[in-house]
Amino acid sequence: MTSTNVSDQQVIDDLFAITTSGPTTSDIATEQRLHTRLVDAAERDGVLDVSYRTIDSPVGSLLLAATEDGLVRVAFDREDHDVVLGHLATEISPRILRAPRRLDGAASQLDEYFSGQRRTFDLPIDLQLAHGFRRAVLTHLRDIAYGETASYAMVAAASGSPAAVRAVGSACANNPLPLVVPCHRVVRSDGSIGQYLGGTEIKQALLAMEAVT
Amino acid sequence: MAEHGPVVLRVCRAMLGHADADDAWAETFLAALKAYPDLRPDSNVRAWLVTIAHRKAIDQTRSRARRPLPVADLPETPSTIGVPADPDTELWAAFQALPLKQRGAVAYHHLAGMPYSEVAALLDSSEAAARRSAADGIAGLRRSYPKGIPDDEHERQ
Repeated sequence: MTSTNVSDQQVIDDLFAITTSGPTTSDIATEQRLHTRLVDAAERDGVLDVSYRTIDSPVGSLLLAATEDGLVRVAFDREDHDVVLGHLATEISPRILRAPRRLDGAASQLDEYFSGQRRTFDLPIDLQLAHGFRRAVLTHLRDIAYGETASYAMVAAASGSPAAVRAVGSACANNPLPLVVPCHRVVRSDGSIGQYLGGTEIKQALLAMEAVT
Repeated sequence: MAEHGPVVLRVCRAMLGHADADDAWAETFLAALKAYPDLRPDSNVRAWLVTIAHRKAIDQTRSRARRPLPVADLPETPSTIGVPADPDTELWAAFQALPLKQRGAVAYHHLAGMPYSEVAALLDSSEAAARRSAADGIAGLRRSYPKGIPDDEHERQ
């Protein structure tokens, strides 16, 4: 017999097998090892513009993203994390990698917040995704204390444009840093809860949590 | 990266061996990360990544050629934990022994799934030559299989 008892396809399949998984390590371990190596190299060469991770929270999975300057985005599950990452790639930089370590601080502060141990966030933040008046509004939102609420009209006045109540509403609706910049503490003048980008039931739950702790 | 990572890893392993593949993989994606903003949106990302990996492989092969080659039957040095070792098979040995062009043609066409036109551009040859290199490579690999009664590994034949 000659070597022709092996088909070309068999050779290719075998070659595929020996280059696909290592003999000792699982695919997941390989993926993690490679990813860590890439993140380290990217950090070393200064080409990691946006790092992200997801965390589990009582209000669902949260996407956290940061630039060199600070936390730049917090996104609820219903915003669709893939869509949000796509926006970050277009609006900030396509150099985005999952790099959990860079977001350890934000992740642990959010954990503390949800367990009632933390009332203010002590994190560098990057508001580059908000522009003009919206950015001014977000800056003022940080003055609304834990457990308190303010009306859209009050925030408009504090931001220097008392008539811009609707603009305050859209600033909240487009807040790139919900929870950390507490747009959930802004409610309607008549006391009703108003909209929330994470869903009104989450807004309600957050305000209830802050009211008792 | 999730989409192209496994393909690039396969190519790196095929061209450089398992131990050096991790480095080459990370270097490939790092280079991609650096160049990405300049990439046209209609570019063929996979071909582009494989091209980077190919250049890394050429660089590494050249720098290896300047180092003394390890003798094949020395006792294996214990590998660092987590660093994958090359598969201990005849096929792997035969594949590594192929001329670079044949190995490249087999890896880029059969393992990375690139058409011969792209493989040819990578190997700096014609499409017909790339096709021939791949066929010669596969024929060479077939010779590494045991003749006659198949061993355990090829029972399914």
